[in-house]
Amino acid sequence: MSNKVTRRNLLAKIAATLAGIMAAPVARTAKAAVQKVLVSTGAAKGYDPTKHKWVMAIDANRCIGCGLCAEACKKENHVPEGPYYRTWIERYIITKPKPGSGAARGETIVDCPNGGMNGFPEPSVPKDQIQHSFFVPKLCNLCEHSACVQVCPVGATFDAPDGAVLIDPKYCIGCGFCIQACPYGCRFLNPVTKTAEKCTLCYHRVTRGLKPACVEVCPTQARVFGDLKNPVPDDPIQLFYQNNKVQALKPHLGTDPRLFYAGIDKEVR
Amino acid sequence: MSGEITNYVFEAIPHFEGYVYPNEATQQPLWSVLIVLYPYITGLVAGAFIMASLVRVFNVRALEPVYRLSLLTAFAFLLCAPLPLLFHLGHPERCFEVMMTPHLTSPMAIFGFVYAWYLMAVLLLELWFDYRRDFVNWSNQTPGLKGILYRLFTVGVTDVSEPAVKLDHKLGHILSIIGIPSAFLLHGYVGFIFGSVKANPWWGNVLMPIIFIMSAMVSGIALCVFNYMALSWIRRKAIDMKCLDVMCMFLFYALVVDAAIEALDWIHRVYSAEEGFQVLQYMAREKLFYTLNLGQATMGTVVPLLLLGTLQLVRNRVPDLVRRRMYFGSAMLILCGVLAMRWNVVIGGQLFSKSLRGVMSYKMEFAGLEGWFMGAVLLALPFIILTVMIKLFLSEKLPTSVSLETQGVAAK
Repeated sequence: MSNKVTRRNLLAKIAATLAGIMAAPVARTAKAAVQKVLVSTGAAKGYDPTKHKWVMAIDANRCIGCGLCAEACKKENHVPEGPYYRTWIERYIITKPKPGSGAARGETIVDCPNGGMNGFPEPSVPKDQIQHSFFVPKLCNLCEHSACVQVCPVGATFDAPDGAVLIDPKYCIGCGFCIQACPYGCRFLNPVTKTAEKCTLCYHRVTRGLKPACVEVCPTQARVFGDLKNPVPDDPIQLFYQNNKVQALKPHLGTDPRLFYAGIDKEVR
Repeated sequence: MSGEITNYVFEAIPHFEGYVYPNEATQQPLWSVLIVLYPYITGLVAGAFIMASLVRVFNVRALEPVYRLSLLTAFAFLLCAPLPLLFHLGHPERCFEVMMTPHLTSPMAIFGFVYAWYLMAVLLLELWFDYRRDFVNWSNQTPGLKGILYRLFTVGVTDVSEPAVKLDHKLGHILSIIGIPSAFLLHGYVGFIFGSVKANPWWGNVLMPIIFIMSAMVSGIALCVFNYMALSWIRRKAIDMKCLDVMCMFLFYALVVDAAIEALDWIHRVYSAEEGFQVLQYMAREKLFYTLNLGQATMGTVVPLLLLGTLQLVRNRVPDLVRRRMYFGSAMLILCGVLAMRWNVVIGGQLFSKSLRGVMSYKMEFAGLEGWFMGAVLLALPFIILTVMIKLFLSEKLPTSVSLETQGVAAK
């Protein structure tokens, strides 16, 4: 094939580029429209997912482990009793090393009684032996390349254009593959509906201009929520990114989480 | 109040040690005994088919007595292969969505197609081409319902002239050739379902599909050995020792490759000792000690390797009866060993937390969808189907006109 630039093929290229530029937003809108029609997301009427990019961030330095967020989530989303959580809080206790051991740290003890919903009991180690202790709220990591979405055999779980990773409960066949694929243990099989379930960022709330329940009740603003496409003055999410060095969980798996943490330790996974 | 109840339940059943993510602290693994049986049964299909292909494609004539039995075994087990998967779904009524709207990046989405291809395009057609001439003859000879059944199986194609029969065998041969990669695809794909889960260090492994294929071949050939010996015993017929020797020779070599690849997998895991190795080590030492070290490695691999290996060396010095018992014992051990291997992969992969900080326990219940009883039923079902098929298609009363020696293999 000759690479000679003629008027004819130049015009064809320009036309193709223009068509591509024009088609992209149309395709995106069409995709969003189809998703809106087909999928039971609980979104508000008239909500346009292409105009938002929701994200959450966690400032672990601020978390006091009160468990209100986990409790609010259970209530707001009618999560069944028992070991089923869309969000939970882990407590990390890193003990001091044994004298003369030559180690920098002692052992790491993690607990999460009842998802942290009722707060935490006294640590099992005496206080003078604790080197560090901190709380880490956990939820869907909002992965850019979600392993759960990749493996769903029917496409019942999907990346919404606004950043949420959602499940269509009317479409999920309950095979559990996504639960196996999620490296963060964020999914569970709802024992009542027999479908997979996870944090939706309280989609029914955020699409109506509200904050997710966990963010709403957090007394210390350890959970920061925002819309990357529509920054507001003194946007907490923008301030969070500006003021903190952040990290994501299990970055080596290549899931590229959009949920960032500030103030966590290497032991957190 | 509800919080108290939850606490109580948690304390009453301490079924995990260390820290596990709260969503993982469930009574039983998400994928339970049904998902153990699914790769097991699928593997038996693939292995039995490869066994049949040895006759048809690779012209191993000594195996002719088990050719049809192997094909029927593959068919009976293939019919049951999707059942455990189906029963396990939260919404089995939505299962057709997997084929109607497959999500193409999912390793599970293609199962329906691979299964349908293998069942309809490979196994069913190959069986039909192989049996068509017999169906025509039997439908003429057999009175009553059975005769009508045979006539139905001919699908109206009653031409048994020499060119037509030759064409049958040619097509059967081609299907057999297509069938080998299809069998690999069917089971390698099952291995990929597990191998693709990067979140799980026990599963996420590039060798997984190959391990699955090799163990499938081993278990499938062992099943054919078992079926052949059992059928001969039931019919009080003498076993063709040459056929059995050759079958077990292939079984031995397949087992050697299988054991080598699985050993390689473990050597790699131990040497690289990546994140999560500690928990895997704990699994092998504690949680899966009996099923992995004793069941899969010792009884399922080393002992049969020694038994079959010895017979490869000194076959002629061992009396037939002893040899038969050694073969039968090896086949049974291998069948149990591969089942243990499936258990170790599926259940083992879910007995540790993805936080890599804790392990769960699992005690299988007896009743219920995921219990012993259901497992036993699902394992017995293919044998029941196979018995019916043997009555219909391997009946001693009906003369078999098709001899591969004269036609099938000669059609090459």
